[in-house]
Amino acid sequence: MTSSAVPPANTEKSLPNSWRGDVQNCLVAGETVESWVETDLDARLHFADNLVVITNRRLLAHIPGNGEWKSWDFRAGLSLRHRSHVGVGTLELVDDGGRLAIWHYTMNRNMAALSVRRAFEEQLDSTITGQPVAKHEEILCPRCKLPLEPGIEECPICTRETQTPPSTWTLFRLWRFARPYKGRLLAGFLLTLASTGATLVPPYLTMPLMDNVLIPFQNGKPIDVRLVELYLSGLLGAALLAWGLGWARTYILALVSERIGRDLRTATFEHLLQLSLEYFGGKRTGDLMARIGSETDRINLFLSLHLLDFATDVLMILLTAIILFSIHPWLALVTLLPLPIIAWMIHNVRDRLRTGFEKVDRIWAEVANVLSDVIPGIRVVKAFAQEKREAARFREANLHNLVLNDRINKIWALFSPTVTLFTEVGLLVVWGFGIWQISKGEITVGVLTAFLAYIGRFYTRLDSMSRIVSVTQKAAAGTKRIFDILDHVSSVPEPVNPVHLMDVRGEIELRNVGFRYGTRAVTHDVSLTIKSGEMIGLVGHSGSGKTTLVNLICRFYDVTEGSVLIDGVDVRSVPVAEFRRNIGLVLQEPFLFFGTIAENIAYGKPDATREEIIAAARAAHAHEFILGLPNGYDSLLGERGQGLSGGERQRISIARALLINPKILILDEATSSVDTETEKEIQKALDNLVRGRTTIAIAHRLSTLRKADRLVAMDRGQVVEMGSHDELMAKEGHYYRLYQAQARNVDTEPEIPRAVDRFREHAA
Amino acid sequence: MSTLNLQLVRNPFGRLMLTTAQGTEEEVVPVRSFPIAAPENSISLVSMDGHELAWIEHLADLPDAQRRLVEEELASREFVPEIRAIKTISSFATPSTWQVDTDRGPFALVLESEDDIRRISRTMLMISDSNGIQFLVRDLTKLDRSSRKLLDGFL
Ligand SMILES: Nc1ncnc2c1ncn2[C@@H]1O[C@H](COP(=O)(O)OP(=O)(O)OP(=O)(O)O)[C@@H](O)[C@H]1O
Ligand SMILES: [Mg+2]
Repeated sequence: MTSSAVPPANTEKSLPNSWRGDVQNCLVAGETVESWVETDLDARLHFADNLVVITNRRLLAHIPGNGEWKSWDFRAGLSLRHRSHVGVGTLELVDDGGRLAIWHYTMNRNMAALSVRRAFEEQLDSTITGQPVAKHEEILCPRCKLPLEPGIEECPICTRETQTPPSTWTLFRLWRFARPYKGRLLAGFLLTLASTGATLVPPYLTMPLMDNVLIPFQNGKPIDVRLVELYLSGLLGAALLAWGLGWARTYILALVSERIGRDLRTATFEHLLQLSLEYFGGKRTGDLMARIGSETDRINLFLSLHLLDFATDVLMILLTAIILFSIHPWLALVTLLPLPIIAWMIHNVRDRLRTGFEKVDRIWAEVANVLSDVIPGIRVVKAFAQEKREAARFREANLHNLVLNDRINKIWALFSPTVTLFTEVGLLVVWGFGIWQISKGEITVGVLTAFLAYIGRFYTRLDSMSRIVSVTQKAAAGTKRIFDILDHVSSVPEPVNPVHLMDVRGEIELRNVGFRYGTRAVTHDVSLTIKSGEMIGLVGHSGSGKTTLVNLICRFYDVTEGSVLIDGVDVRSVPVAEFRRNIGLVLQEPFLFFGTIAENIAYGKPDATREEIIAAARAAHAHEFILGLPNGYDSLLGERGQGLSGGERQRISIARALLINPKILILDEATSSVDTETEKEIQKALDNLVRGRTTIAIAHRLSTLRKADRLVAMDRGQVVEMGSHDELMAKEGHYYRLYQAQARNVDTEPEIPRAVDRFREHAA
Repeated sequence: MSTLNLQLVRNPFGRLMLTTAQGTEEEVVPVRSFPIAAPENSISLVSMDGHELAWIEHLADLPDAQRRLVEEELASREFVPEIRAIKTISSFATPSTWQVDTDRGPFALVLESEDDIRRISRTMLMISDSNGIQFLVRDLTKLDRSSRKLLDGFL
C-alpha cells in the first residue's frame, strides 16, 4: 500500500459502483480521484444522494436535482468550508466573491466530508504552489488522526463492534447463566422425570383394582384381600416415592435458580458500571433500578417455579399420552382432542401477551422513574409547593399501568376459562365415548376409570400449562430488558490490545479534538499539550466547554474526532481503570455517598490509613470543620451528603482526590462554593500539592489560577488563547476581557457597605 | 399584516445579514424558540457569537420578502424529518432498522434502543436514530394502521 495523504478508504477504487462510471467519464487524462464523499441530502435537506469528488486538479460534483456534473478548477481564493448543525453537516465552496456551491449530509458522512476537505486543501495548495502534495510518512486514521499500522485500513481504535439484534428466543440466552450449574440442573431434570413417573403409577393401579377386585366382587366373587393389599401398598409406595423425589427436585432446582438469579443480577450491575456516562445520560434511574431489581427477580421466579412446573407438565402430558395410547389408542385419541385447539389458542395470544407485558414493564419503570425523580429533588418540589403536581404525575403513571394491565387481563381472563371449558367438554366426550365402548364390550370399566383418573390430572396440567404462557411471556419480556443492558457495548470500550502504562509521567496531549454530545457539536479542533508537572488554568464563559474537555481527558466520553494522548499513548488503548487511577478529580458538583466522612474521603483508596485520611483532609482544609461535627470523621453523611454545606462538600471531595496521590489532578470549579478566605487557604494548601503533578484547574474566579504556569482561554468549544497571565493581559483579548469584567465586579464590592452606611445616615 | 421591519439581506456568501440599530451589518441565524410546540412564533435572530439581535414574535409580522428569507434560512438549518409511515422493521428487538417514509423522502433509520423514542406529548414522539438524527412523529393517531402497529411494539 502506498502512503498517501488521503486515507485509502475513499479513493477512486472505492467509489460506489453507481457513481464510478459517471466519474470516470468526467475525468481527463492524468486526472486522479483523491477523495470523495457521498452527500445524502439536497439543498432543501431532503434525502438524495449526491457526490463530491476531489481530483488532483479540481473539485467535481454532482449537482443536486438535475443530474448534471459541475466542476471547479483549483485556483487561488477558492476555499471549502465545513460546518455542522444539529445532525446536518455542510460543505460550502466559496471564493472571494461569494458562495459557489453548497452540499449537505447527515453526520455519518462527516468523516468522509472532513477528509474531502483535507484533500481539497492539500491539492489546492499543491496546484497553487506547484509543489507536489507532501507525502505523509504515515497513513493517519481519518477519524482520530493517529498513524495506522502499515497494511491496516481501518483504525483498530475507531472501529467499534456493531451490535447485532438479540435473537427472539431471548429466554434461551439465560442459558449463559445456567451453564455453571449444568450438573445440578441435570440432576434436577432426572429427578423431575422420576417423580413425574411416580405420580403416574396410582391411576394405573386403579385399572386392576377396578377390574380384578371391585367388578368381580359386584359379580358375586369375594374380595381378594391379598390383591387389595398389594395394590394399596403399591399406591402408598408410589405416593411416598413421588413425595420424596418431588422434594429433592424442588429443593435442588430452587437452589440453582436462586444462584442463577444472583449471577444475573450481579452480572447486570457489573456490566452497567462499565458503561459510559453517555449511557447513563440517556437513562432514567428508576428504569435501571426496576430492571436490575424486580425484573431479575421475576426471571428468577420463572426459572425456579414456572419453568419447573412447565417441564413437569410437558413430561406428564407426554407420559400420560403414551400410557393412554398403550391402554387403548382410540379412547386416547378422543381424550387428546382438545390439545391442538389449546395449542392453537396459546400460539394466538402469546405475542399479544408478550408485547403487553413488555409495555407493563416499561410503565412500571415509569412509576419508578417518578419516584427517583421526586425523592432526590424533594427540596425543589417543596420549595415550589408542587407536591400536588408530583402526586398527579405519580397517579397518572399508575393509571397508565392500570389501563395496560386491564387490557392484558381482558385477553388473559378469557383465555383461562376457555381452556377449562375445552377440558370439560373433553371430559364429557370421553365419558360418552367410553360408555359406548363398554356397551360394545370393547373396553372394561377399569380401563374407563383409569382413563378418567388420568384425564383429571392431564387436564389440570393443561390448565396450568396454559397459565405458563403468561409467566413465560413476562419472563421473556424481563429477560429482554436485562439483555438490553448486557448487550450494550460501552461507548468507552476497553482496548482490545491494551497498552499498560508503567509509570505515568502525566503528560497530556489533545490532538485536533472534536466532540459532540449526540449531534450537538461542543468542541472543535482543540489541540493542547500539557507537560508533565505543569499547571494549566482553564478559563472561559459558562458553557464554553471546559468541563467537556475534562470529561474527554478523563475518558468519560470518547472524542468524536482527533485523539487524547497520555504520555504519548492514546487513552483509548489504555485500560480504563488503570488510566483513571492516575487522575484525581474534583467535580463541579461534588457527590458524597451514604457513609461516614472517613469512608467518603477514602473512596478512591479504601485501604487508606487514618493518618492518610487526616492528612488529605488537612490539605483540603476540611480537617477543622470535620472536627467540629458531632462524631468527627465518623459522622454519617446523608444520602446526598445533605448534612453538609456546599463548600464543605467540595472540600471533602478535594480531600478524596488528594488521597489517591494522583499524577494528574483535575479541579473543576473545586472551590467555587467556598468563601474567598477559605479559598485562599485551600489554595495555599493546593499550591504545595500541585507541585510535581500535572494539574488542570478550572475556575471562574480568575484569582484562583494565579499559580498556573499557563492559562488556556476557551470560547464556544475552541481554545482561543494560551499563555501566562501577563502575556494574555498584554494581548488584550478574550482573557483580558474576562479579567476586566471580574476586576470591575471586585471594585464594586467595597461599595456595598458604603451604600448601607449611606442608608444608615438617612435612617438616622 | 407586516408590523415589523428588519434590515435583512442575503449576502453573496449565502449568509443572512442584519443591519442593527447601530447601523452595523451582522451575520445572523434565525432560531425558533419552540420548534415543536410553536414553530411559527417566537423566532430569534442570533448573531454568530450567540447574542440575540432581533426578536420576531410572529413570522407573519414580517414583510413578505423578509419572511421568505427567514423561512429559507430556517429550512436550510432545520433537519427534523417527520415520519409519515413506517414500512418495515427488522425486528422488535433493538437495534432495529426501520424503513420509513418521511416528509424528506424515504430513509432507513437504526433505532439503538427503545429509550431513543421519547414521548413529547400524548400523540407526539421524537425518535433519535443511531446517528443522532431526530425524527418526529407529529401525530401518532394519524399514522396508518400498520405503522401504528409496528410502532406500538416499542411503546
Ligand atoms: N451531557 C450533555 N449533553 C449535551 N450537551 C451537553 C452535555 N453536557 C454539556 N453540554 C453542553 O456542552 C457545552 C459545554 O458544556 P461544559 O459543561 O463543558 O461547559 P463549562 O465550560 O464547563 O461551563 P461551566 O463553567 O458553566 O461549568 C454547553 O453548551 C452544554 O450545554
Ligand atoms: Mg463546567
